[in-house]
Amino acid sequence: MAAKKTVRSEGGAIRRVAVVGGGLAGLTTTIKLCEAGVPVDIFSLVPVRRSHSVCAQGGINASVNTKGEGDSPRVHLEETVYGGDFLANQPPVKGMADAAPGIVYMLDRMGVPFNRTPEGLLDFRLFGGTLFHRTAFAGATTGQQLLYALDEQVRRFETIDVVDEVGMTIAGERMVRKFEMWDFLSMVLDDAGRCVGMVAQDLKSMQIKAFPYDAVCLATGGPGVIFGRSTNSVICTGAAAARAWRQGAIYANGECIQVHPTAIPGADKLRLISESARGEGGRIWVPKDQKDRRAPKQIPEKDRDYFLERQYPGYGNLVPRDIASRAIFQICFHEKRGIYNDKTTKNENEVYLDLTHKSEAFLREKLAGILEIYEKFAGVDPYHNPMKVFPSVHYSMGGLWVDFEKDASGSLKAGSPRNHATNIPGLYAAGEVDYQYHGANRLGANSLLSCIYAGMVSGPAIASYRQSLARSAYDLPTSVFDDAEVRETEDYQRILEQNQGKDGENVYQLHQELAEVMLRDCTIERDNAKLDKVIEKIGEVEERLKKVKVDDPQERANQNAQFVRNFESMVGLARVIAQGARNRDESRGAHYKPGFPKRNDAEWMRTTLARFKGEGQAPEFIRSFDYECAGQSVHVTDEVDVSLVPPRERKYETAGAASATAAKKEQTHG
Amino acid sequence: MAERMVHLKVRRQDGPTRPDTGRWEEFKVPLLPQMNVISALQQVQLNPVTVEGKRVPPVVWDCSCLEEICGACTMLVNGRVRQACSALVEQIAPNGEVITLERMTKFPLVRDLIVDRERIFDDLKKVRAWVEMDGTHALGPGPRESPEQQQERYALSRCMACGCCLEACPQYNDSTSFVGAAVINQVRYFNMHPTGAMQANGRLDTIMGAGGITDCGKAQNCVQVCPKEIPLLDSLSSMARATTKRLLLGWLLK
Ligand SMILES: Cc1cc2nc3c(=O)[nH]c(=O)nc-3n(C[C@H](O)[C@H](O)[C@H](O)COP(=O)(O)OP(=O)(O)OC[C@H]3O[C@@H](n4cnc5c(N)ncnc54)[C@H](O)[C@@H]3O)c2cc1C
Ligand code: SF4
Ligand code: SF4
Ligand code: FES
Repeated sequence: MAAKKTVRSEGGAIRRVAVVGGGLAGLTTTIKLCEAGVPVDIFSLVPVRRSHSVCAQGGINASVNTKGEGDSPRVHLEETVYGGDFLANQPPVKGMADAAPGIVYMLDRMGVPFNRTPEGLLDFRLFGGTLFHRTAFAGATTGQQLLYALDEQVRRFETIDVVDEVGMTIAGERMVRKFEMWDFLSMVLDDAGRCVGMVAQDLKSMQIKAFPYDAVCLATGGPGVIFGRSTNSVICTGAAAARAWRQGAIYANGECIQVHPTAIPGADKLRLISESARGEGGRIWVPKDQKDRRAPKQIPEKDRDYFLERQYPGYGNLVPRDIASRAIFQICFHEKRGIYNDKTTKNENEVYLDLTHKSEAFLREKLAGILEIYEKFAGVDPYHNPMKVFPSVHYSMGGLWVDFEKDASGSLKAGSPRNHATNIPGLYAAGEVDYQYHGANRLGANSLLSCIYAGMVSGPAIASYRQSLARSAYDLPTSVFDDAEVRETEDYQRILEQNQGKDGENVYQLHQELAEVMLRDCTIERDNAKLDKVIEKIGEVEERLKKVKVDDPQERANQNAQFVRNFESMVGLARVIAQGARNRDESRGAHYKPGFPKRNDAEWMRTTLARFKGEGQAPEFIRSFDYECAGQSVHVTDEVDVSLVPPRERKYETAGAASATAAKKEQTHG
Repeated sequence: MAERMVHLKVRRQDGPTRPDTGRWEEFKVPLLPQMNVISALQQVQLNPVTVEGKRVPPVVWDCSCLEEICGACTMLVNGRVRQACSALVEQIAPNGEVITLERMTKFPLVRDLIVDRERIFDDLKKVRAWVEMDGTHALGPGPRESPEQQQERYALSRCMACGCCLEACPQYNDSTSFVGAAVINQVRYFNMHPTGAMQANGRLDTIMGAGGITDCGKAQNCVQVCPKEIPLLDSLSSMARATTKRLLLGWLLK
């Protein structure tokens, strides 16, 4: 039996762990594993420096309280679970809020060019769902800067040799190896259902290969592309998570999809205008007169309706995203009061996001990165003209179910192998792909934080899991891996060959059709009759998918075949999302049903847990299950752990409503 | 009114070992509002038929963010190296002119418009483009920094490794090991950081020999094509000064 801490397997192979995904979550996990002495292979669809995290603009939350406002991790915890409408398990959220200042300091030490105060300290800005300056930022390209800093640290580990347990350097073996432009296809499972490796495909040569790993961590980001156009990068298909789900991993709260209130309409993508625009003073409005055809700057204050400020005087333009998106939807869709367009003689689905009352110098220092995007893609100067925006699919609060273990303080128990473990032993999940921190609605600037925190926790958890193994994956018979490789190779051949010589369907067309219904009927407002139609459409798409034929017979960089395989997985995830939405007969956070306008804690303060039943079948929704982690059997139910902040009704009309602790301080200050 | 069309002319090749498959193909796709070159290529995927009516494999290209921040989609658009995602059709072909698309020429071809830019990342390894930190455990905040210096560093940090500057540089090609402006800029970036500066000499050493700063012929093509307006000339000249100083000092101390 291989010693538990050994770097080599019995057969002499270097025992590695795979991290799939090189966004913030994957890179942080990797760094933590390396620091624990565990060598890592990273897989990514794109060079990791181009991962989707690069798009994040506004910033990262941490209650450092350098502005003397009385902010604290406790307030951060309260506002996060309140903002998420009490669907998040609270211990992990507490762990995250407590760790946040340390995380921002760590990034600061890595050299992230965070904006500074005159004293040379970190500057913080306002974001939605809070009244505190809690968001650290690097211009308006914070995600890019954080991703680069982590990428650079990982690159350092690419130059560092593996050292064995007695301190001997193993020549030629680096702590990190990268497989960039590789696609994760599936886990390799052993007879006991443990994840002992994975199969991946090189997207240049299209070679398919199975690899043994002592554990695999999915850090593959969100599924926005299921909805067609969104604020996400084109690689955010959710396909990797969907494949793990098809192999038995449980998917949680899939129906909780965040729609961001302010994006630029576009043909290929809806480019985000970050919440930081409102954090720095941006105001949302429409003309009071529905047929007002004046240019926005010609419209005087008295003729403008700042509807968020009017409806939510306490938080104004900084209400949480679900609330702002619904308000904009209400104005544009139901009241037909979107901006009037003289050419089309229609009220368009657009509202103004206005920063023109701020000086250009101020805007350039704080928001240049996003205003540049508007300038480039809308062709209008946002320093002197209000921007035109509309809501867009943005983020998935739901994701692969992951576990946590509590400590005595009610926070996460450091180093427990249960943290971030999925129900498949040996498979972990971290980042947007997990469901852990945001409940039914995520607060702005909490995602970069949750991704990095997830990595900080997953690294040590995986290291503990690896130590618990009696036998390394590298000592299993090679047939386990050969079989998996053959299975995936055959499946790829099927995609290349099916329906050739027939009139087949075009996969991109099918994607458009599915995305259209998902976007229309499964986002801001949900109605059961319409959701039934959505589910019907998914069934239809699944049928037609069998008739898909690829137009590309080529052996290299076959994006067409790759997308067919992705899309086959995405349709499964679409079912989880739509069926989850159909089931949840209440309104909570981003999940809003006009037919059931109230939150219903008695019946629905619980996690949606979806399990794969079989091809073309409705997912099974379960209330509890058992799984095994590092030799320990764990019973899991769908109950939400609300041990730290008691649930109460969520309202943003009055200032300070989101945190009882902050409200109390407010009172004592008078 | 007839539908307005976008006319694409794409240079294709199946792989590096298949020069025989090099060819131009032309496509016409419907113009959509706010269309960019990527959405035009997406229209080709929906119906991959050339202007001659021939059904062909859809064009392959690289992209991810679609907002000019990831650097993936760099290619030659009408002969100029740039990001395809921020190339708006209305701007580059307002009257339906032909839009030509070609892969970058300085990097190994993968297929069609995709090239392999791994060399950039390897070079970043060579110059040790990172802050040496003791670890990620809690050690308090980083060094204080003035807002002025932060702004200066921020301007350098926005390089997205897109490769435009390398494509345009006459000194950058397979027969030299020149690391190029983007990578030299990173040396300056890390040497400016208070902690990064502790390894400044080590980093300078990596750009003092072959492939380093002296390979730059000061043609200044790089700065003209950088989409992020990185002050590359300042970075090149400041690193030239720093390496000269180090060389002289080293020589004096001998
Ligand atoms: C425009 C925009 C702005 C945002 N701004 C903010 C903000 O200001 N603050 C904030 O907190 N949050 C923000 N967010 C949200 C945040 O950026 C994301 O949630 C977060 O970056 C996700 O990081 P991640 O590490 O989970 O995954 P990602 O960064 O999405 O990385 C996923 C990785 O997985 C890889 N991958 C995926 N599938 C596969 C596969 N099949 N095989 C191999 N590799 C695979 C990819 O290549 C990539 O490396 C924003 C999001 C968007 C869209
Ligand atoms: S200035 Fe130097 S780096 Fe820039 S293009 Fe000219 S030779 Fe290349
Ligand atoms: S310096 Fe500019 S052109 Fe060169 S890689 Fe960086 S962003 Fe691209
Ligand atoms: S797709 Fe990212 S820069 Fe164009």
